[in-house]
Amino acid sequence: MDVLYFAWVRERIGVPKERVETSAKTVADLVEELKSREERYEVAFSDLSALRVAVDQDLTDFDASIEGAREVAFFPPMTGG
Amino acid sequence: MRVTVQEAPFDFGREAEDFASGHHDMGAVVTFTGIVRDLATGDLDAMEIEHYPGMTQKALEKIATEALERWSLGDVLVIHRYGRMTPGEKIMMVATAAPHRVDAFEAAEFLMDYLKSRAPFWKKEHGGQGTNWVAAKDEDEAALTRW
Repeated sequence: MDVLYFAWVRERIGVPKERVETSAKTVADLVEELKSREERYEVAFSDLSALRVAVDQDLTDFDASIEGAREVAFFPPMTGG
Repeated sequence: MRVTVQEAPFDFGREAEDFASGHHDMGAVVTFTGIVRDLATGDLDAMEIEHYPGMTQKALEKIATEALERWSLGDVLVIHRYGRMTPGEKIMMVATAAPHRVDAFEAAEFLMDYLKSRAPFWKKEHGGQGTNWVAAKDEDEAALTRW
């Protein structure tokens, strides 16, 4: 699936988008898997309360299933308007 | 209903006039526009707005549709820009048309509260002190509970 990062999450991880092959079943599982890969993920995902997630472009939470998902995006709380 | 996400500036006066002119059964039109505000120290060079192409349009349409369902409205307009803007530039606008003003005012406030924290935009300030991602405010999240 494609994993996207926005705002300071993108800056900490260093790429806006990457292809990730995973067997993770939920967003939380995917986060744990990424954190175990490299320190930059550990840093970016150190405080999940400071992050929001969208699965296939719909806002959801970290318990959400990602089975069959095409796109998961991580970003800080939004500041529109 | 019209929802537009664009990088280019928009003409607030013309958009408001066009929106207000199209309706003969609407007694009230409310407009709001958000403007890049300089910092208290006066050294904001630019505001950069990042967004999530693909999700942004859908998220805004969902919010606008909910407003149309919850209030007695004739029409809704949302324009939101992304990219780099300088102080004084208009970032976004909403307009609501309703037979009566209470619906138009309330729906406009609802749209703004949801645009603040549920539309995938992120603001970054560029100034003399470097750059800074604008943090979401607790009161913006709390504002959603009134709806």
